[in-house]
Amino acid sequence: MTGSVSWRVLRGVLLLAFAAFFVLPLLALLDFSTKVPGTGERTGEAWRTLLDDPALTEAIKTSVLLAVLTVVGMVVLLVPTMIWVRLRVPRASRLVEFLCLLPLTIPALVIVVGMKGVYAWVDYFIGDSALTLTFVYVVLVLPYAYRALDASLSSIDAVTLAEAARSLGAGWLTVIVRVITPNIWAGVLSAAFIAVALVLGEYTIASLQNYETLQVVIVLLGKSDAPQSMALSLAAILFAAVLLLLLSLLDRRRRPSGKK
Amino acid sequence: MLPFLVFVGIFLLVPTVTVVVGAFQSDDGGFSLDRVRALTDETPMRALRESMLLSFSSAAVGSVLGALLAYLVVTAPPTSVIRRTVTAVCGVLAQFGGVTLAFAWMATLGFGGLVTNLLADAFGRDDSGSAWLYELPGLVLVYTYFQIPLMVIVFLPALEGLRPQWREAAVNLGASTRQYWFQVALPLLRPAFLGSALLLFANAFAAYATAAALVSQGAPITPLLIRSALTSEIVLGQANFGYALALQMVVVVAVVMTLYAWLLKRTSRWLS
Repeated sequence: MTGSVSWRVLRGVLLLAFAAFFVLPLLALLDFSTKVPGTGERTGEAWRTLLDDPALTEAIKTSVLLAVLTVVGMVVLLVPTMIWVRLRVPRASRLVEFLCLLPLTIPALVIVVGMKGVYAWVDYFIGDSALTLTFVYVVLVLPYAYRALDASLSSIDAVTLAEAARSLGAGWLTVIVRVITPNIWAGVLSAAFIAVALVLGEYTIASLQNYETLQVVIVLLGKSDAPQSMALSLAAILFAAVLLLLLSLLDRRRRPSGKK
Repeated sequence: MLPFLVFVGIFLLVPTVTVVVGAFQSDDGGFSLDRVRALTDETPMRALRESMLLSFSSAAVGSVLGALLAYLVVTAPPTSVIRRTVTAVCGVLAQFGGVTLAFAWMATLGFGGLVTNLLADAFGRDDSGSAWLYELPGLVLVYTYFQIPLMVIVFLPALEGLRPQWREAAVNLGASTRQYWFQVALPLLRPAFLGSALLLFANAFAAYATAAALVSQGAPITPLLIRSALTSEIVLGQANFGYALALQMVVVVAVVMTLYAWLLKRTSRWLS
């Protein structure tokens, strides 16, 4: 705004203060994870042995698998539904939007409390496994996935595309899978990235259901081997950062400068 | 369409209805207000009060500082490095919170943490530090760490909607900078600001992971009280009390989110 020198100085100082506030805890994580408790010497031990712990690798495997399954579930469930609603039943779009955004109002903690009955059935039919968490996770990522997909569906003329395909003799399945979906690929991809980040960071449901996912194991480790749990925390957040950074690059390519 | 409805029905609506029904049931299945009435007992009331206090203070601090940061960012050109970095970092911190942040702050201010040690070196204080991080003030600080980024994300669009023409018009009509801010910009931004602050409140109120990782015993706030209701099988009927607590949480969050949606509508009249 005003280009005065004092404003620029103030702005720089404030930005630095914010940067310090946000970077400090991450530096502390790094510091803690490379320090020998007690003596204060530096060591890469916690980082080196990170993948030696079988419980840990198991948890990472579970979390990654959960992330993949959640993405698959989300895409299979949400993409055709949203396309179908847009093309055939626009009347239902408010309902779908409401349902998708509902998890923002119903905290994960509440879903955990109420899902005992549902999960008794899930365990009965599919078996008791951490991977059954996929179902709730799909619900959890709905709001974010919905927004990403909705933005990208709105940016194309889905109805015309579908009519063109139909008049060339395509069935509805072909329209959804081979005509519309490739056009909203960027939206699907960003929905997937957000889903992966959310699943890898999820703790509430997994811990209260007693499944050992990445975050649950980080907390357990924190009680026995603090430096290692710190190393793992840092690794997890850096991974999520890279993931979401890729997402923002993707976003930028989709929406060229200036336009929101 | 149908699979979607069925899926959402099973995994979202059924649990919610279970909570609502469960809250109004007696232990043998009949209708009763006992569980809801138990909410007014001393422990849940105190937890609710602390939760409110935590959510309110972290939302207040988070929204003011977040709005400030958003303003600093918005005055930079859209393609600048600062702006990109801040929005990217905020995205990560607001969405990937939870456990990691709790650990980061433990490493910073906990026993033997970075800043604890620095302070100990500088002032010769006791090396072990104090336990304040694990109590309410500490929770406020840690929550602020994800509240500020969330505020930046939700408030940035409103700031971007503030058109330079409005300022030019005000200046042309002889307004000073002060007058522009207090009579044009701030009234325009108020609904957006309040709405975002409400969102932050709901976010803090429903947050669980950070507090759970930080406070491993005891239940100073409502989410942790739900945890102990779920995990303790010693006291009979405790698990069912979780329903009432969860209902309380839904009600609080729903009220706040409704207000938020209403304010959002008012915002979009000008700033969209």
